[in-house]
Amino acid sequence: MAVKSKSATQIYFNKDHEMVRKSIREFIDKEINPYMDEWEEQGQSPLHKLFKKMGELGFLGIRYDPAYGGQGLDYWYDTVFLEELGRIHGSGLVVAIAVQTHMATPAIAEFGSEYLKETYLKPAIAGDMVAAIAVSEPDAGSDVAAIQTTAKRENDTYVINGSKTFITNGTQADFLTLLARTSDDPGYHSFSLIVVPTHLNGFTVSRKLDKLGMHSSDTAELFFDNLRVPVKNRIGKEGEGFIYQMQQFQHERFSAIPMSYISAEEMMAMTVEHIRKRIVFGKPLIARQVLRHRLADWQTETECLRQLTYHIVRMKEAGLDVTREVSMAKLYAAGLLTRVADGCLQMYGGLGFMNEMPISRAYRDSRIISIGGGTDEIMREIIAKIELG
Amino acid sequence: MAPGPLNGNRIYFTKEHDMVRRAVADFVQKEINPNVDQWEAEGIAPLKKIFKMMGDLGFLGIRYDPDYGGQGLDYWYDTVFLEELGHIKALGLAVAITVQTHMATPAIEAFGNDHLKNTYLKAAIAGDMVGAIAVTEPEAGSDVAAIRTTARKDGGDFVINGSKMYITNGTQADFFTLLARTGDEPGYHSFSLFVVPSDLPGVTVGRKLDKLGIRISDTAELFFDNVRLPAENLIGSQGEGFIYQMQQFQHERFSLLPFTCIAARDIIDMTVEHIRQRMTFGKPLVARQVLRHRIADWLTEIECLQQLIYHIVRMKEAGLDATREISMGKLAASRVLIGVSNDCLQMYGGLGFMNEMLISRYYRDARGLSIGGGADEVLRDVIAKLEGY
Repeated sequence: MAVKSKSATQIYFNKDHEMVRKSIREFIDKEINPYMDEWEEQGQSPLHKLFKKMGELGFLGIRYDPAYGGQGLDYWYDTVFLEELGRIHGSGLVVAIAVQTHMATPAIAEFGSEYLKETYLKPAIAGDMVAAIAVSEPDAGSDVAAIQTTAKRENDTYVINGSKTFITNGTQADFLTLLARTSDDPGYHSFSLIVVPTHLNGFTVSRKLDKLGMHSSDTAELFFDNLRVPVKNRIGKEGEGFIYQMQQFQHERFSAIPMSYISAEEMMAMTVEHIRKRIVFGKPLIARQVLRHRLADWQTETECLRQLTYHIVRMKEAGLDVTREVSMAKLYAAGLLTRVADGCLQMYGGLGFMNEMPISRAYRDSRIISIGGGTDEIMREIIAKIELG
Repeated sequence: MAPGPLNGNRIYFTKEHDMVRRAVADFVQKEINPNVDQWEAEGIAPLKKIFKMMGDLGFLGIRYDPDYGGQGLDYWYDTVFLEELGHIKALGLAVAITVQTHMATPAIEAFGNDHLKNTYLKAAIAGDMVGAIAVTEPEAGSDVAAIRTTARKDGGDFVINGSKMYITNGTQADFFTLLARTGDEPGYHSFSLFVVPSDLPGVTVGRKLDKLGIRISDTAELFFDNVRLPAENLIGSQGEGFIYQMQQFQHERFSLLPFTCIAARDIIDMTVEHIRQRMTFGKPLVARQVLRHRIADWLTEIECLQQLIYHIVRMKEAGLDATREISMGKLAASRVLIGVSNDCLQMYGGLGFMNEMLISRYYRDARGLSIGGGADEVLRDVIAKLEGY
């Protein structure tokens, strides 16, 4: 059951927002959370089935143009959607959904041709296709410009060769939003973003990866062997893919933030329920000041992150560049989530160390936020560069 | 330095706010900062002179009723004023000023009778009188209900006996807003708030206390020996003083937040200027990644605090109880100021350890924030309680 936050959110959200919130919450309570244990066990969630249902309810295109099936709503509604995802009992699936809505499709919506929007964005919003974002490679993570996958132009096609790794939704995706080198020149204008359907010859899922956490999400290593894709599948201009991807990263990073503070709140509420009942040395654990103060600190940080997030939403709505603030919030979210997960697990004692406990899953899942979508260190580099030059 | 918040925060302020901001900033730059080294050395700032100038400029009653000389503006203007105090290069003086505007007068304004408002509030707003808040005692700090100073009704007067401790502006104050016991019953309805002129027979200012930091501000121990006070100097209803003071504390705690946030940013800017020039092992210190990342972390925390502050302002404007958020803000503010001043002092190396350096003063001044206006531990207790733990 969703936690009622003490935060004064009523001054930012109206009845219309709350209606959207309620419908997403109900969907999660009925269609997702009852199955999470099973999907965790299986190491993946049935994304085609799930996304189809979500698409029908209009959840997969909150901000996207109604011309392609989107809801055409603003960033506040987007935030409501992302907040509610934080109530899913397993961050793996949260990320799988955000890949569809905030990582693999924003560049298509912003820079893609009519053809790409009709063919890929529309079915992604409808839930008819599962999307993945293919940027990382074995030797290129946050250092995106180090990617080695190439797309060589041959008349009306690109011939793609290379491999991608740590690709969320990788075993189930119908198309990949893929970044490849289209030129050997150094600098940031030698890359292109291309929509690559996975049914094409030359595409192989080389292996499904076994992960520390995020078990409800499949993560794959992908291989491209002379895969031929039509030039019309390129997003925007040739050579500008790196720039588009940097902008797409802002959506990706933002999407990780609202779920983080909601997830932190949920973890604390669950843990408090536990420590109210857990008696040690004749007193419930909740009566111990050191634990109460630890929780007070996390609540403070949670509220701070929430308000920074709403600030980002206002800046986005005002059309301002939010790179600085999104980097800060992503960094802060990672610190908060890992700290709260670790600290709450501690309050469970030995029980918390058992894999069957949700806190154990939350702990394992939380670790990725400091890595995925740009590591903490990269976030600090970005902030320092903006602030210090 | 250009006044005003940096980056996206400009979306919250209008031209009218900027005008007020510039006026306060000019005053700080011209009338205060050139003198703070001298005042700091003397252990006292000439408050009567400073407050008179500030009163003439309308700075001491931003939110107060124009009937008593106030500006009748809202909490956003109040925040602008408090933010600009953060540029004072001796935070003790920022505290001395907020004692006048946010600690010793809000209860008079909210609950005082016409006599009190006309005699003390008006004079405090005009800068004709210096106010101080007298709550803390040698044996009662954050645990306010432990105070022992008594006010016994005797005919038309109250007779006050006891002592007060750590009273900011204590040696210069024309009146004290004083909390005393008016009943022996346990519980929170045995206290009353009074306005006590400092020139009444029986009022003695004991020693001026020697402090670790905020040395520009005088702090005193006060003694009350059979001080006869007319009953009209009682603020509001007898027995309700504790309740009034708890509300007044919210103004006090809030007032510390905006200037802390701005001061933390000033400390970083000053330090970055230093480490750009400071060469070690052939490179400027600012090129060292570990320092850049440390600064990025603090800037992130500052931005979070900033957004929490603006959230509190919106809550206040919406008429909501912000006790939870103010407690969180105060807790986060002390962590930020102490952490930033400590880490920045480190970047100055041996130079930072010299008292002549401003960073050394910031470091000493910052420490008080975790104690004054309610210790960190008390704030965590408040938050934990409000969360329902």
